[in-house]
Amino acid sequence: MEPLIQLIDVRKKFGGQEVLKGVNLAIYEGKTTVIVGESGKGKSLVLKHILGLIKPDSGKVLVFGKDMNKIGSKELKDIRSHFGVLFQNAALFDSMTVFDNVALPLRERTNASEEEIKIIVNEKLNLMDIEYSNEKYPAQLSGGMRKRVGLARALVLNPKIVFFDEPTTGLDVAKSNEIYRVFHRTQTKLAYTAVIVSHDVPKIFKLADYVALIHEGIIQDCLTPEDFQTSENPAIRDFVEETMGLIYESEHVEG
Amino acid sequence: MILRQRPRGVIIIVMKLLEKLGELSLYYINQIGRMGIFLVLVCINIVKPPYYKISYVTKQIYLIGSLSIFVIVFTGVFTGMVLGLQGYNTLSKFGSEGFLGSAVALSLIRELGPVLTALMVTGRAGSAICAEIGIMRNSEQIDALECMAIDPHNYIMAPKFIAAIISMPLLTAIFDVVGIFGGYLIGVVQLGANEGAYFHSMYKNVEYNDVSMGFIKSLCFGLLVVWICSAKGYFVHLERKGGFGAEGVSRATTSAVVVSSVAVLVFDYFITSVLL
Ligand SMILES: Nc1ncnc2c1ncn2[C@@H]1O[C@H](COP(=O)(O)OP(=O)(O)OP(=O)(O)O)[C@@H](O)[C@H]1O
Ligand SMILES: [Mg+2]
Repeated sequence: MEPLIQLIDVRKKFGGQEVLKGVNLAIYEGKTTVIVGESGKGKSLVLKHILGLIKPDSGKVLVFGKDMNKIGSKELKDIRSHFGVLFQNAALFDSMTVFDNVALPLRERTNASEEEIKIIVNEKLNLMDIEYSNEKYPAQLSGGMRKRVGLARALVLNPKIVFFDEPTTGLDVAKSNEIYRVFHRTQTKLAYTAVIVSHDVPKIFKLADYVALIHEGIIQDCLTPEDFQTSENPAIRDFVEETMGLIYESEHVEG
Repeated sequence: MILRQRPRGVIIIVMKLLEKLGELSLYYINQIGRMGIFLVLVCINIVKPPYYKISYVTKQIYLIGSLSIFVIVFTGVFTGMVLGLQGYNTLSKFGSEGFLGSAVALSLIRELGPVLTALMVTGRAGSAICAEIGIMRNSEQIDALECMAIDPHNYIMAPKFIAAIISMPLLTAIFDVVGIFGGYLIGVVQLGANEGAYFHSMYKNVEYNDVSMGFIKSLCFGLLVVWICSAKGYFVHLERKGGFGAEGVSRATTSAVVVSSVAVLVFDYFITSVLL
């Protein structure tokens, strides 16, 4: 199957620091790909390359088979109109209320009437378990609430591809489980392609079709969660051991 | 040995200087280039669909125009008053107080009205525009807009540009009228110049050319101010000394106000010399 998104030998340097040293990654339609890795190793950076916000020093980023850095602004806009993005810091519009934040894509990109907008926005906000906060400003929300408003905004247009940068960081366990359930439900309903950056190992594996580990500036491997947990790749083994305890090692030794 | 080393040291210093100079020129050429592209993109977005909502434009007219009225009236009155005072004292030396009206009106309509209005709007609205956009850039809100396939040139910039271009001539007109009234207050009411002469000389000497010059100037200044201020905010992350965080925005805002004020005065000269 032809991948929907493909990164080919993407390299990126900041000053003397070479963060991405030849990233190769394929993301398939309708699947959930989870990117894991230590903090500060370039997970968000990979997302920003896919979104076309950062140009690679060398290498290619293909989305729908088109090179994100060679296409014109109109085509880029067309591609991005299929995106739903949650930034790591949520990037809410801080001088707009919660309601207006979520309503903005509808107001700018569709011809929906204010009544329709109201219904859709409230539905999405309820989905994310946010109530009584429509008239609040982002600065008046808790960190976890900001994340959830960001999620509601990302999902409001029912995008084809969603990018979530740490969707559940800063949420309590019950809330993050609820968010995962929402993802599962919406994904089965809308069959979107998802790229999720997360530290929530191993819980996130339940949601993942593929797991990719970024380490030493490259994607070590992109495998199904089962294969990932039993991979022979030393970096992946270390990561699995560190994040999931020693059980897996003993299993590995026995197996 | 020592003799040989000395020229080498000098060469190194010269090389360093040249390097710095080259780096600086590249930076400024780059900046001019991206500001030019920015202006073109905004203009394209103003005239071509998809159109921004009218309510965005009216909101910006309120922020840039309406909220500036008070400052403009205040500065306008005092400018007119000082013109009345100075003009009366100078003209009365030649016994030609009768020309006070035209002196006040001409200097206001041709020069002081557009220039001072532009400077006040820069200080009041230009700085606000730059800071607002700069903060949006630094907190990834502009990236978020782009990822939603909403063009910031269309959504943020176009309404501000239109609002500035509409507001500036109107504010200038208010400034002129209020200034003429200020000159009247001092020249006629306080110092006792002839009231009929004040208005008659104005009526006789102010021509259509003068008014249109003031109008063209105010249009140009409106565009200049909103262009420089919004581009400074939009490109805050590319500032040479680092455009990070609160300090980056504050530095960009300061430089936006300084650059637009200087640009207004420089362009005032050039527009005048072309139109005269
Ligand atoms: N604009 C930039 N300028 C300079 N360095 C950058 C920039 N963006 C990212 N980096 C560097 O790239 C590296 C990777 O950053 P990134 O944000 O992708 O990390 P991450 O894997 O998402 O970490 P976390 O899990 O903490 O979010 C970091 O070392 C960071 O300092
Ligand atoms: Mg990150």
